[in-house]
Amino acid sequence: MANPSSASSSTAESGGPAVARAVVEVAKVSKTFGTGPGAVTALDGIDVSIGEGEFVSLIGPSGCGKSTLLRLIGDLTSPTSGIVTVNGKPARRARLDRDYGMVFQAPVLMDWRTIQANIELPLEIMGYDRDDRTKRSADLLRLVELEGFGGRHPWQLSGGMQQRVAIARALAFDPKLLLMDEPFGALDEMTRERMNLELMRIWNRTKTTVVFVTHSIPEAVFLSTRVVVMSARPGRISRVVDVDLPQPRTADTRESERYFELVTTVREALRRHESDAPIAADADRIRAEGLG
Amino acid sequence: MAAAVASRPPIAANEGVPRRRRLIAAWIALAIGLIVVWEGAKWLFGDPWRVHAAILGLPIDIEHVPPFRNRIATDLSLPHVWDVLGAFIVPAQRNGPPLGQILFGQALFTFREALIGFVVGGLLGLSLGIIFIHSRLAERAFVPYVVASQTVPILAISPIIVVATHAGWASVAIISAYLTFFPVTIAALRGLRAADPRAFELMRSYAASKRSVLWKLRLPTSVPYLFASLRVAAAAAVIGAIIGELPSGIPDGLGSALLNYNQYYSSGPERLWATIIMCSAVGLAFVGLVRLTEFLLTRDRYRPAPSTSTAS
Repeated sequence: MANPSSASSSTAESGGPAVARAVVEVAKVSKTFGTGPGAVTALDGIDVSIGEGEFVSLIGPSGCGKSTLLRLIGDLTSPTSGIVTVNGKPARRARLDRDYGMVFQAPVLMDWRTIQANIELPLEIMGYDRDDRTKRSADLLRLVELEGFGGRHPWQLSGGMQQRVAIARALAFDPKLLLMDEPFGALDEMTRERMNLELMRIWNRTKTTVVFVTHSIPEAVFLSTRVVVMSARPGRISRVVDVDLPQPRTADTRESERYFELVTTVREALRRHESDAPIAADADRIRAEGLG
Repeated sequence: MAAAVASRPPIAANEGVPRRRRLIAAWIALAIGLIVVWEGAKWLFGDPWRVHAAILGLPIDIEHVPPFRNRIATDLSLPHVWDVLGAFIVPAQRNGPPLGQILFGQALFTFREALIGFVVGGLLGLSLGIIFIHSRLAERAFVPYVVASQTVPILAISPIIVVATHAGWASVAIISAYLTFFPVTIAALRGLRAADPRAFELMRSYAASKRSVLWKLRLPTSVPYLFASLRVAAAAAVIGAIIGELPSGIPDGLGSALLNYNQYYSSGPERLWATIIMCSAVGLAFVGLVRLTEFLLTRDRYRPAPSTSTAS
């Protein structure tokens, strides 16, 4: 259950066994909103484990609970039952220890601050001194290729640029874990593909563990080392697909055959569980392939 | 702080100048229009007048009898515009300084009282907003009393305050603050809560303290809301100062000028009108000061408001 390298079609990233320490452990987690007959079960019996350095996408139809799962990991909400462990601690402790950075679908930048001040926001809150903050924000601006924009204000930048600032901000304090909730959802397709390449470039530099929620199958396959497919009503993990595409991912990756195969695999996994509960044979296979 | 917005440049410099020129032209046109209506009403409904004089040796004898009569437009109720303006340069008392000078000094006095009341009231309003944000109980308990306090007519309360504080300018400042704080409290309650909920989640993900959230998120978000209410509060502060002066009989402010020229209205109606103009000038100056402060504080720091009515 809690094995980062999945049972079937194992990824051999650099040949050796993956002994990654689990950064995120979700054990038998359920989340119900409301009580009584109107209650909504957003998540039901979720088990997943994410190892260090992995890039895991959560994909599924609306209402499958993928954003809720992300927020449970970030302790922005609490599970109704089950335990969420981050970095070996309860999720709440991990949040108080500032173990992760978060990026939302909207950049959520502060208009009254310059771009540089926006990036420095978490550093201010966490008590870094001024020189440290200046140095870090300069490094991060360079990392997301926005050098020279530090003095501008958010409304002067395009949507894609604002999201890059949000990513820079999330990385400002070097978190080991990055939680991203459809960060490129509001962008057009071409910008999104470009941002995916950007993100891969950044990820290869920082080696952060990433949990990424998305609606887009190509995006999920392109970015991830593992894709977790979820189904809705109630939210459950229906399949986990290991993505064994070579690293680093480049524009050429999108044109490889294996990429198309994987995209098809994920699409079929999604379609199979679109409407009804899975038929018995499928249910067995899901369990055999391991939920996580 | 809604969804990402593509860049919207501030108004280019050469676009602003014709706008300002058009604005000033509009103001002048309105002022002229007002004078035309004023004198036009007197022409039609006012008192008959006669000019019997000599200009450059040529004798002039003009008489005008208005076709209608109405009490509103008599010389007592509606002095001629030039009489009102002339009153500024004429001494109010024999051998005294011109009325304009006296009024100006009184205006400064009232302005100062209003300013102190405004600042105190503004800070009080903001503080109350901050307290209520952090304590639902306090908000629900106090807001009814706060609202009730504003419905009591200020004319009823001001003598009480004047007596309780032994008159003087402090009582006037208190009354001014009393009228100022309420709009600011309401605006603070809205503005301090107005930030994007995801921004609050972001702060939670940083495990930010309540103080951090207040200083780094709530207060900056509330600034535009606060200034909107401060413009309203500015007018209220000036009114409060003038009304506050009435029962306390302070001779140094515009309130006493109003009382005085009200009492002697029939012997010099234009003096009261001149005082009214001075009161408006104080109000305008006050609001102008608030807008200037707002401009300086928010100029390059907040997303420029959309110039058309389509929402951004």
